[in-house]
Amino acid sequence: MLERIEEIHDEGLGAIDAAGSTEQLEELRVRLLGRKAELPNLLRGVGELPPQERGQVGKRANEVRKALEARLTAAVERLDASELDAKLITDRVDVTLPGDPLQPVGRLHLITQTWRELEDVFVGLGFTVVEGNEVETVHYNFDALNHDPTHPARGRTDTFYVAQDTVLRTHTSPMQVRAMEAAPPPLYVVIPGRVYRRDSDATHTPQFHQVEGLAVDEDITLADLKGTLLEFSRQIFGDERDVRLRGHFFPFTEPSVEVDVSCFNCNDGWMKDGSRCPLCRGEGWIEILGAGEVDPNVYSYVNDDRYDPEKVQGFAWGMGIERIAFLKHGVADLRLFYENDLRFLEQFG
Amino acid sequence: MKVPYSWLREYSAPDLTLSELEHVLTLSGTKVESIQHHGIGAPEGFVVGKVLTCEQHPDADRLRVTTVDVGEGEEPQQIVCGAPNVAAGQTVAVVRPGAIMPDGTKLKKAKLRGVASLGMILSEDELGLAGERAGGIMVLDDDLVAGTPLVDVLPVFDEVIEFEITPNRPDCLGVYGIAREVHAATGAALAPAPWADDSAAGSGSEIPGVTINVEAPELNPRFTARAFENVTIGPSPIWLKARLLAAGMRPISNVVDITNYTMLLTGHPLHAFDLDEVAGATLTIRRAHDGEQVDTLDGQTRTLDADMVVIEDAEGPTSIAGVMGGARSEVSETTTRVLMEVATWVGDNIQRTSNKLALRSEASGRNEKGLAPEQALEAQAVATGLMLELTGATVLGGTIDAGPFAADPWPEVTLRLREARVEGILGLAIPRAEQAATLTALGFGVADAPDGLDVTVPGFRRNDVTREADLVEEVGRFDLDKLPATLPKRRGTAGRMPLDARLRRRAVDALIGRGAYEIVGWSFTEPGVADKLRLPEGDPRRSFVALQNPMSEDHSVLRTTVLGSLLDATRFNVARGNADLRLIEQGAVYVAREGEQLPHEHRALGAVLHGRSSAPSWGDERAPRPLDFFAAKGLLAATLDALRVDWSVRAEAQPFLHPGRSATVLAGDEVVGWVGEVHPLVARAWELEGALAAFELDLDRVVAHAVAVPYFRDLTSFPPVRQDLAVIVAEDVAADDVLRAVRGAGGKLLDGVRVFDVYRGAQVGEGRKSLALALTFQAPDRTLSDEDVAPVRDKVVAALAKHVGGELRG
Ligand SMILES: [Zn+2]
Repeated sequence: MLERIEEIHDEGLGAIDAAGSTEQLEELRVRLLGRKAELPNLLRGVGELPPQERGQVGKRANEVRKALEARLTAAVERLDASELDAKLITDRVDVTLPGDPLQPVGRLHLITQTWRELEDVFVGLGFTVVEGNEVETVHYNFDALNHDPTHPARGRTDTFYVAQDTVLRTHTSPMQVRAMEAAPPPLYVVIPGRVYRRDSDATHTPQFHQVEGLAVDEDITLADLKGTLLEFSRQIFGDERDVRLRGHFFPFTEPSVEVDVSCFNCNDGWMKDGSRCPLCRGEGWIEILGAGEVDPNVYSYVNDDRYDPEKVQGFAWGMGIERIAFLKHGVADLRLFYENDLRFLEQFG
Repeated sequence: MKVPYSWLREYSAPDLTLSELEHVLTLSGTKVESIQHHGIGAPEGFVVGKVLTCEQHPDADRLRVTTVDVGEGEEPQQIVCGAPNVAAGQTVAVVRPGAIMPDGTKLKKAKLRGVASLGMILSEDELGLAGERAGGIMVLDDDLVAGTPLVDVLPVFDEVIEFEITPNRPDCLGVYGIAREVHAATGAALAPAPWADDSAAGSGSEIPGVTINVEAPELNPRFTARAFENVTIGPSPIWLKARLLAAGMRPISNVVDITNYTMLLTGHPLHAFDLDEVAGATLTIRRAHDGEQVDTLDGQTRTLDADMVVIEDAEGPTSIAGVMGGARSEVSETTTRVLMEVATWVGDNIQRTSNKLALRSEASGRNEKGLAPEQALEAQAVATGLMLELTGATVLGGTIDAGPFAADPWPEVTLRLREARVEGILGLAIPRAEQAATLTALGFGVADAPDGLDVTVPGFRRNDVTREADLVEEVGRFDLDKLPATLPKRRGTAGRMPLDARLRRRAVDALIGRGAYEIVGWSFTEPGVADKLRLPEGDPRRSFVALQNPMSEDHSVLRTTVLGSLLDATRFNVARGNADLRLIEQGAVYVAREGEQLPHEHRALGAVLHGRSSAPSWGDERAPRPLDFFAAKGLLAATLDALRVDWSVRAEAQPFLHPGRSATVLAGDEVVGWVGEVHPLVARAWELEGALAAFELDLDRVVAHAVAVPYFRDLTSFPPVRQDLAVIVAEDVAADDVLRAVRGAGGKLLDGVRVFDVYRGAQVGEGRKSLALALTFQAPDRTLSDEDVAPVRDKVVAALAKHVGGELRG
């Protein structure tokens, strides 16, 4: 009996070592250790042996079973690893082919991208975003902004009229008085939106976009305007930027200023090759917006006594979104913004 | 406003370079637009010469060979000259080889028909002293010494500064006004005003034989007139012509040039009449009659209305007041007596007249800004001095000063400027003494007051400076470069991006993330778009907001849907070979409302899909799907699901959509938009072929349905049970009807159900389809067993049979 066990042991181990695939090993497992195999049967029959043989045969048969199992497991692992290696080699792909299926990448329009960028800068500076209607009353668009009854901007050559007293807003500024009528001071708002003027050439489109800013509190100074716009300029155009205020005239601010940002394209107006900078025309400064302290007359149009020009003061500005986008991204012909050619759209956003 | 620098320096000459001056003026609000060189390129090589000899050229009839003395210590130079008027003994302007000419070229030695020429004898136009060539070379005064640099004796080398003058500062439309700014900005001395000496002052208030009637005093506050006799019309002297040319005006004759020169210096327009052509020697200033016609100097006939003012003589109107004179009494070569008019008009009225007639002139551009009546006599004084000096004229009589201002001059206003207010507005302290100095320099009267200054506003700033805030600007604008950069204190307020704005960004970003390109279209469209979109009568999208003054018929109304601009952009791109489009647009649409001044505006979010769902890829097993109804609905779902809107669709035809592939989009029970394939006839109207699907949402309404703050549900502690179910229904049963039946029967344990396959074929029978449903069961408090789910499933099956005639498949 013991001899037969030793034969099974030796044959089994030999066969396992000789097996060349996990499939053969699976067959061997069934043949050597399966339900119908000789060794398990032998083990099951141990109880029928004479008592003096039972211990020795049972012990040895068990040892052999374990040895075969261990050898089988090791062989499976060995062969698994080499089969996997072989499979990994044949599964190789050309990693330089494009991803599939294609995942199209969409784009925001450059106007929206810039619009959001400006909103985010001014929210960070403590301004709340509000928007307003584009068809506007003459009252809010001109009268309440202290425009003379004969101000040229009211003319039909400059402004789109819908009715005698209704226009397409020519700036986001009508929201100044509307915002003040909607909330008491202190008020810090930015107003992005679409505006309209009767103008059409490479640098003017009949519709364009602005971001208005308005801050009204007890003690807001022109210096505060400068600080706010300096921070804006640095966030949008880079930390090296500086701003300067130039005296100017607008009906709804007093004092009025135009604001320039130091040119980011040149060194004080000059290019490296000694030519004049084309962006700032050699001036070293680029005009970015009009601004000023809110004219006291504007408060008198606000239907809320808390906006008393002896008690509150503040600043306002209006900047063009397309102009900022042009300066930052070099799109000189504004008509491109509204053609929506895919080859334009895919470059931004 | 173009100002020759040398002219400006005659009145204020700061010790600064031109670019330093440019800087201070630009910062203080008198912006320098450009600086252009006028005249010769460099002073070198341009000298006074004396023509010693002048002989006929041996080989050319039109040329002379001269020798010219060009100064002590130099040989006389041989110069060939083509001018007919050159002669020995003349004193002339000579340019020598090597000099830079006004056009920037360098003059070279030349040979003309074999004779060497060492330079040129110059004419006025070659030096920028005349607009055109006339009469050959320029002959100079004989007392000039040969060899004297030309720039020492002629205004031929100058810079011309072009200023941008803001509309509130008509006083800066004159050289002296700008000199006052230079004085205030730099502290350089200001010369006395050119009108300080009036040679005709005190000569009475009448002109013999001349009558002025101001019949429209409300539109003509002041009308002044002076008369001159013994006038000799002729060319102006070189210095005057040079200044006019540099300032961009053409010299004409001495009298006309004097009016222009005086206007450029004082800012105030003047008009010179030939007194002998003024019928009846009478001028009447009156409102025009409605429909009255006047012939203006530019050779046109203008039709006036009763809010326009004419100046007429005994034979009728001669001028449109403040805008343009008439031909009849214009100064001519034969004029010997001149009536000089300087009148003050009402700026708004002049502007209206000028706009209405589309007639702009140097005079109207100044008058419309509202000039001060005080300026009228200033201009008269300057012009009188020049008339006497340059035309040989004598003053005839005195000064007529008509209109209400003469009788009752306007008061000068005094305003309080509080010292604390200056710092409070600017954020920069300016000492009171400095404020006073600046205001004095600008021509204001200044007196000390307890808390600041009492400031008297001069007439020429009357319209612009009316309040303390205006004075703050006056003292502040010269120190703008000293302003600190501070931030507002804000007092507890904080900035916000409102929730709806953030949700709108999310809605758009969901589409961008799925490959959409955002376009920005025109708010304008053509009224015909309503027909192109097949909108029936009465459709609210036909209620256009129409522009009264559109720039073109194509852009004459405001859009009521973004579908038009999306289709426009689609066509534009297809025509340029950009295929497979997935375009979106967000923006306002406008619907006019009966009885309301302002239209209804809402933000729309739309999409147009055209072509294939994706570009072909190497891994595709099938050709990419065309962008059909379901592609549009899938993209729509992306944005609505991103906002967690509870939404559904209802089959419903939009006029511009394929009637069988069109649906209304609902959020809850509210209609928020539509989705579908574009009607073939609409596609054809935009010249588009092939797959074309679209949707549009009222983004404002959608955002109101967003679940901005979802509340936590425990979906992980107790795993769900998932079961699939295939049900066969009649072809006309909608998937939504099936789902509604399932949900109705599913009770609390049914967490979700969706259709994941649709099958048609012989196995299910003609006119029927099989929908494969994925059901998810879940309980919040326990793990469900198959036994828990089985009765629910039975109810679902029963409900399907009852409500949609469904039977389980297989
Ligand atoms: Zn630059």
